[in-house]
Amino acid sequence: MLIKKPSDIQPSEITPESVYRRRREFLRDSAALLAGGAMLPSLAFGQQGDALKAAAPPGLTRTPPASWWEDKFENIAPAPSEEPFYTAESLTPYQDVTRYNNFYEFGMDKSDPSNRSSAFQTDPWSIEISGEVAKPGTYHLEDILKPHDLEERVYRLRCVEAWSMVIPWIGFPLADMIKRFDPTSRARYVEFETIIQPDTMPGIRSPFAIVDWPYREGLRMDEAMNELTFMAVGLYGSFLPAQNGAPIRLVVPWKYGFKSIKSIVRMHFRETQPNTTWNDLQANEYGFYANVNPAVHHPRWRQDTERRLPQTLFSRQIIPTRLFNGYEEQVAHMYQGMDLARYY
Amino acid sequence: MTSAASRARPGLALLKPAVFSASLLPLGWLVWRIAANDLGPDPAQELAIATGEWTLRFLLITLSLTPLRQLSGRPEFVRVRRMVGLFTLFYAAIHFFVWMSLLLAFRWFAIGEELVERPFISMGFASLLILIALGITSPRAMVRRMGKNWKRLHRLIYPAAIFGVIHLAWILRTDLGEAVLYGSILALLLGYRLWRRFTRSA
Repeated sequence: MLIKKPSDIQPSEITPESVYRRRREFLRDSAALLAGGAMLPSLAFGQQGDALKAAAPPGLTRTPPASWWEDKFENIAPAPSEEPFYTAESLTPYQDVTRYNNFYEFGMDKSDPSNRSSAFQTDPWSIEISGEVAKPGTYHLEDILKPHDLEERVYRLRCVEAWSMVIPWIGFPLADMIKRFDPTSRARYVEFETIIQPDTMPGIRSPFAIVDWPYREGLRMDEAMNELTFMAVGLYGSFLPAQNGAPIRLVVPWKYGFKSIKSIVRMHFRETQPNTTWNDLQANEYGFYANVNPAVHHPRWRQDTERRLPQTLFSRQIIPTRLFNGYEEQVAHMYQGMDLARYY
Repeated sequence: MTSAASRARPGLALLKPAVFSASLLPLGWLVWRIAANDLGPDPAQELAIATGEWTLRFLLITLSLTPLRQLSGRPEFVRVRRMVGLFTLFYAAIHFFVWMSLLLAFRWFAIGEELVERPFISMGFASLLILIALGITSPRAMVRRMGKNWKRLHRLIYPAAIFGVIHLAWILRTDLGEAVLYGSILALLLGYRLWRRFTRSA
């Protein structure tokens, strides 16, 4: 069995972060030297694979949450060059992807998640797998990731607030992960939960927040097993920053962004449709399905166009929103015969 | 202004220019942020939020001037009331223009639909219409011509402020902190007026 219990990892096996920082500084310095001498500057980025479609700016790459992450990120299969796992649309720059976030556990402003998440703890991390599966348990993240080769995927992300981005994720298909836990025939939905870390998450402590933490999301099993559905552990070839849902998050590109739950600590397989945070808060505004659909407006704003970020005031990209965010071919069959205006 | 009061107290001559300049500071700050490219990846949204918040702040400042005069006994507060009120309209107009131009790209049909179908937008728009009416009737000549009706009309500032706070509360998604803050200040300002009215007539 591939899966180890968290206790199998000795603290001594974990390299202190400072050591890793030194290593990265060394790499960066040598990169500067190489570039300065005009000697194969591409070598400097060899560490994370030259063939990736996108790499984080060298000065901004993340420190790995624990030592074993570094090895995991050494061999990442680059995204192919055609849809649906890739789009040729311009990437949203790393700075914007990591500084413009909705992660209400850290605060309401788009800049709160990046500004107020520095204390967030992502190691050790484990995920509880429960419900209708043959192999329930609490698994250390290292064991969860072990059998999966990481790959890159460039997806559109459409937020329900009518802005959108194009992001190069690093991760693996959710379907591959789910198969390992052997869901039973009664598993018709999977429910996800975000961690609650009150000490490091100021948004949770706000007395005026109306969210019933933890944040919860869910998918129907066929949605979870769809080839597009992705578990991301990185972006731009580097480890996920806290504000983007470190250490592991869901990415469901044909649904509004709030379905792509961050910092997951629990997956529960069940027979009935789970309650989900936004649906509980405002059922008339946020459906369980939340498929991107330009014809079904949010009660408080339109969904027929989107602001592709980043924008400047003088070059604003307001583009038409596409049904299923442009992934119709891969997903429309799952909703055949469903009234999408009713099951929004 | 060269009234007897300002001749007697030279500081008063500077009052209006000072308040006028101060009221332009938020706009200056926004223009600077535009020039410095400091509005983040979604500047249209950021500008809409910032101008909306400043409208509400100016509205609350306008409403606080009369109580401040009454509590402090200093007439200066009311001397600048019309100017601060007009700045409220000024920021509201920018807010509305940013929404129409940057967020809806002058798609007139969509704008019309939004005004009618989204209650929180209708609410904000109603508030704007009131501010426009108050702005148009703000010159001294209008005050004289309208007589008693002027005061009646200008009481609409209260619903305008209430609509403004509801407009904000309605657009917030998960944390009502801001709406609670502005709502409490408004409740305090309206509550003061009610209290004064009752204690006066009793």
